[in-house]
Amino acid sequence: MNQTWLTVLRRDLLLALRRRSDIATTLFFFVIVSSLFPLGIGPEPAVLSSIAPGVLWVAALLAGMISLSRLFAADFADGSLEQMLLAPQPLAWLVSAKIFAHWLVCGLPVVLLAPLIGLQYALPNDALLVLVYSLLLGTPTLSLIGAIGAALTLGVRGSGLLVALLVLPLYIPTLIFGAGAVAASQHGMSAEAHLSLLAAVSLLSLVLAPLATAAALRISVE
Amino acid sequence: MHMNWFKYSSPQTFYPLAGKMIPWFFWAASLLCAVGLYVSFAIAPTDFQQGEAYRIIFVHVPAAWMSMFIYLVMAGWAAMGLALNARLSAMMAQALAPTGAMFTLLALVTGSLWGKPMWGTWWVWDARLTSELILLFLYLGFIALQSSIDDPRRADRAGALLALVGVVNVPIIYFSVKWWNTLHQGSTINMGVAPKMAATMLIGMLLMALAFWMYSVAVALMRVRCIMLERERSSDWVKALSAKGGK
Repeated sequence: MNQTWLTVLRRDLLLALRRRSDIATTLFFFVIVSSLFPLGIGPEPAVLSSIAPGVLWVAALLAGMISLSRLFAADFADGSLEQMLLAPQPLAWLVSAKIFAHWLVCGLPVVLLAPLIGLQYALPNDALLVLVYSLLLGTPTLSLIGAIGAALTLGVRGSGLLVALLVLPLYIPTLIFGAGAVAASQHGMSAEAHLSLLAAVSLLSLVLAPLATAAALRISVE
Repeated sequence: MHMNWFKYSSPQTFYPLAGKMIPWFFWAASLLCAVGLYVSFAIAPTDFQQGEAYRIIFVHVPAAWMSMFIYLVMAGWAAMGLALNARLSAMMAQALAPTGAMFTLLALVTGSLWGKPMWGTWWVWDARLTSELILLFLYLGFIALQSSIDDPRRADRAGALLALVGVVNVPIIYFSVKWWNTLHQGSTINMGVAPKMAATMLIGMLLMALAFWMYSVAVALMRVRCIMLERERSSDWVKALSAKGGK
């Protein structure tokens, strides 16, 4: 069973590497969205550093969301998704490999790039560190919850916008705890409470989201 | 005593039953609403802090209660539809969603109408207001998903799954918003109604809540009747019904 999991993971990563522009689009989107805010608001470092946690987290949220439609669409189109549905391994297990691959491709680069953008927002060093921690704990949740939305809207007309409507309200706790952690460390408080809650949300969605995604895929593909 | 619990789980038998139930619920709703409005506007005393403007809570609080209650009921029907594969349950969930969204909007609008004279502002990022707004988003997502899927069977099941995911998330969202709120602004605004509320106020609120409840049932039944006709339009009983002139 582990072998299948690794195979699915390896396959998805390979497909992503063959189409590198997809990864680049997500990253560029993150960079551009977070660069627009200083242009709209003004270059004062005090203002920027106070809005930084929220802006960077919202940008990460949106960047994770625009790539969701690719999660199952190609597999659905070429029929390999149906093969996964028929496979003897539990669908939720295979889906979790796909979600992990999606996070590696779309979530992890954002986590690694965020401190650079944080510097532009005049974030102090310890807040930068908390930003990376919070994104590291929170972005998997975005991929996990997003997968449910992607599976539900598979092959539906206007699915790109629909996913946003379905998934963004469910992202709110992650946004609050993630941005809250950074803001807390900026104000000289401990970010530990926020990070713990963020990790709790992540673990809960790690258990439940693959099951819900598998159920949604069965509904959508049948 | 043997009873067939599933007798009314088919649209054909439920359609006439719903038609018979609707007037009862409408009468109950109008009666309760009339008494409730009388109690809340004529009998309930003027609040010594908030003056007459507080009377908005007789609409606001029951609407907020109903908005949350209907989401739970909707998810319950959705779960039943998924578990028992019953068409009618999914139709009930679909019929409830617009009413729930309407009450959520009503709670938000009346809340901001109340907020203007009380807090001096239309909108405050209060925990309850914010989570009510998110509840509206959840309702809209459910409605949008159902209406964008053409195959009714898939729309039912996809909507049901979304409603269940939403129900798991509602408490998490509520508490996250609450903690976010207490972190960002102190408890300068206490939204709670005065702790020792006059008994007549409570009675007025409960009567209005019951009226809204009866109204929701009646409207959901009317809507589910339309959905049944639309979905089953090629079946024999709908054809027979339309041949008789829709009675």
